[in-house]
Amino acid sequence: MKDESVFEEPWQAQAFALALALQDAGIISPKEWSEALGARRDAANAAPDGSDYYDSVVATLEALLAVRGIASKAVLEELSLAWIRAAHATPHGSAIELRNDPAWPGRK
Amino acid sequence: MGHDHEHDNHLDPMAARVKALETILVEKGLVEAAAIDAIIETYENKVGPRNGARVVAKAWSDPDFAAWLANDATAAIASLGFTGRQGEHMRAVFNTPEQHHLVVCTLCSCYPWSVLGLPPVWYKSPPYRSRAVIDPRGVLAEFGLELPADTQIRVWDSTAELRYLVVPMRPAGTGHLEEEALADLVTRDSMIGTGLAIAAGEAA
Repeated sequence: MKDESVFEEPWQAQAFALALALQDAGIISPKEWSEALGARRDAANAAPDGSDYYDSVVATLEALLAVRGIASKAVLEELSLAWIRAAHATPHGSAIELRNDPAWPGRK
Repeated sequence: MGHDHEHDNHLDPMAARVKALETILVEKGLVEAAAIDAIIETYENKVGPRNGARVVAKAWSDPDFAAWLANDATAAIASLGFTGRQGEHMRAVFNTPEQHHLVVCTLCSCYPWSVLGLPPVWYKSPPYRSRAVIDPRGVLAEFGLELPADTQIRVWDSTAELRYLVVPMRPAGTGHLEEEALADLVTRDSMIGTGLAIAAGEAA
């Protein structure tokens, strides 16, 4: 009797872990996290089958970082585009690194 | 197929958004990459419903432990090595022929991680979260669970601070079984309240 896989994709595990790590570091409280996540998980916003749960986790993280002045939505969006460009520029089989983004030559 | 140029890596938009979050948080020193890896390792491999099944089996076998679990579930569960995260308290609720317990988190997805691992998808779905409170008997029927009409159903709403573990009733005819064999009868759903423990002789 094997339990179903806990994460469907690696990014879901990463997002979940970031949320917990922020709580461990005391940057957000568990109560604040559950309320912020809950606000995105009501019947009006969330898919009835729960399939978009980790999408909500990511959106909640982005919103909390913006509120805390840690990173604006625009900064995060630019950075995620940089990661996508870096991935395309990275040969298959090599680790994707941000410095591989051709449009971001100054980055370490 | 070929020698086209599709040799590059692909990062889907969700994965890229998470990489962006991680990059910022690690660069600013707010979280450590090693801490993130450790959390993933724990939730993928170390915690799961087998932990809770061991708690339940011990409660079935050891009346002193059951009493401790009823009075101070956080400490009793921690004695088996299953500790929740800071600030999370556990409460164990015991099913009886008169009363059946059902756990939900109407707000989002609060769940007794230390004993059950991560919640199933349906636990996080809006229909379960709203209907468990309004129509628990109907929800249980959808799980194939028909309780006697005179069994009361009590619904517990989890919070960030307090999580619930349902201790299902011990199946009949299991008096001879050791804890380890008993634990095999305890399903995840039976510890949420959407199922019962497996009847003796039906375990796979």
